Amino acid sequence: MSSNLTEEETFLIKTVRSFIDRDVKPTVRDVEHANEYPESWIETMKQIGIYGLTIPEEFGGSPVSMSCYVHVTEELSRGWMSLAGAMGGHSVVAKLIGIFGTEEQKQNYLPRMASGELRATMALTEAGGGSDLQAMTTIAKADGEDLVINGSKIWISNARRSGVIALLCKTDPTASPRHSGMSVVLVEHRDGLTVSRDMPKLGYKGVESCEISFDDYRISAQAILGGTPGQGFSQMMKGLETGRIQVAARALGVGAAALEDSLEYAQARESFGKPIWKHQSVGNLLANMATKLTAARQLTLLAADKFDSGERCDMEAGMAKLFASEVAMEIALDAIRVHGGAGYSTEYNVERYFRDAPLMIVGEGTNEIQRNVIVSQLVSRGGL
Amino acid sequence: MKIVVLVKQVPDTWGQRALDLQTGRIDRVLGENVVDEINERALEVGLIQQDTMEAEVIVLTMGPGSASDAIKKSLAMGADSAIHINDDLLVGADYMRTAQTIAAALKSVPFDLLIAGDKSTDGGGGVIPAMVSEILGIPHLTHLDSVTIEASKVSGERSNNNGSVRAHATLPAVISVTERSAEPRYPTFRGIMKAKKKPVISENLSSISLDSVSPVSDNETTAVLTVEARAERIGGIKIIDEGDAGNKIAEFLALNRLI
Repeated sequence: MSSNLTEEETFLIKTVRSFIDRDVKPTVRDVEHANEYPESWIETMKQIGIYGLTIPEEFGGSPVSMSCYVHVTEELSRGWMSLAGAMGGHSVVAKLIGIFGTEEQKQNYLPRMASGELRATMALTEAGGGSDLQAMTTIAKADGEDLVINGSKIWISNARRSGVIALLCKTDPTASPRHSGMSVVLVEHRDGLTVSRDMPKLGYKGVESCEISFDDYRISAQAILGGTPGQGFSQMMKGLETGRIQVAARALGVGAAALEDSLEYAQARESFGKPIWKHQSVGNLLANMATKLTAARQLTLLAADKFDSGERCDMEAGMAKLFASEVAMEIALDAIRVHGGAGYSTEYNVERYFRDAPLMIVGEGTNEIQRNVIVSQLVSRGGL
Repeated sequence: MKIVVLVKQVPDTWGQRALDLQTGRIDRVLGENVVDEINERALEVGLIQQDTMEAEVIVLTMGPGSASDAIKKSLAMGADSAIHINDDLLVGADYMRTAQTIAAALKSVPFDLLIAGDKSTDGGGGVIPAMVSEILGIPHLTHLDSVTIEASKVSGERSNNNGSVRAHATLPAVISVTERSAEPRYPTFRGIMKAKKKPVISENLSSISLDSVSPVSDNETTAVLTVEARAERIGGIKIIDEGDAGNKIAEFLALNRLI
């Protein structure tokens, strides 16, 4: 664990850890295979206060440092990546409203979000352009005091269960540069908004990922985050610093679980008269897995510290997300190697890690996009 | 209503556990020390009461300085305050000594109900709740699987070999609960933050007026005579199948009177 956590933060992380070990680990495989929504685990997460970790105290939250948030996310994901997915978007929207929201928006949403009573998600991706956000075609057209929204978004986590959706869309499609015409609009479920489809997917089970469609959806222009149109792109870029660190932490959890299972299996399983970890080929795998995981964790905590310092951290968050997700995939594959045939069987957990790990590679801005962010920051900062 | 819950810090059941072979006492350094699981359930029984009616929940622990971690967790789960009895003279206290100490500390705490786990995972005696009630001269209901607390009465169900028994007592009373009694809650982050501001009263033998009573070695009612490490496991018998393994297994089982 990082050394700059408060005693209370360490206690919180330990609590989440024991929740995962006591409640989640024993049955997660069956719940995941059934693609079942983990209602009771989400309720426990609400009770512990996990939905309020990025919300200021004055609005009923219990804010923690980003490094504490990383550890909490990693622990959840160590149990089941979907649990971390069920609070990731919520945390980002909470940060967005906390930083950029009008007083009224904060009062309206944050207290209910802190308890988890109201959950939030964000809607960025469109079928026609994922990471190329500026190419989006969802438009909120001004009509008197209102906005009328048309378009559709995909990969919306928890779409039905979220009472508020932070929608990134164009309020001025003719603006140049294009991003200056984008706004975040806080929309709620009602006429004109339909959840049109559930996305079929490799992993990330239990939690829905949906397509949502807007058809002449009418909402007051006061629903624009911060009240002023045209700020959406830069607001969302700030939000994505949290989002990318969160996704990096999810990858750490998958990697940690894969290592944990492999280490246990390699000591219990014997071949040629000794536990398999004593065979150099298997031992080397474990050594590499642990080294990669530790490096990824340190990089993620570095990004978290940078975030807490208030400095711009898109490069660090991008590096953490890129590296942690790539090594999580490698660790998950190595976990299958350590387990041999058992690793390919759905009677063990490692096949799940292998199916969940790719989400962090392509989600929250693909790793290819992260590299663009990193290099452009490298050039503009004049190096590291 | 005032509820006192007895909480004990024990070595984690899931971690490494051992006795100090010199003293015969638990090695508290080897693994992680945690709140005994059964005590978390006992605390939960009290906290449910705190949720549903006006009840003040006080946790009481007897243990070394490091037991403050157990207190912190109890307070984070929702207990209102704590009493920590810590005295070097209590190191190695036996059941009688422990019960006397707890009872003495409770004299200044007028309570309606005392809740304890039915036995700890380290000592495992399972006698403390009954002993405390005897010393205090109040009724006790032990090994309850379920508990109903009312304004002046406590009742519950206890399993036995033939079925179950319903028992009740008027308050004040002592009860001990089993692992079926309640599913303990997790501390909330808010609770963790609040815990550091909650009062913890430190007691020792002199503050609870037990310092005139002779120390353990002169007054022990139980004593550990010797402690030995468990013998290494001896490898079992390996039968290699040369077409007659079935017979050999049967012979082995018959020899050991297993069939």
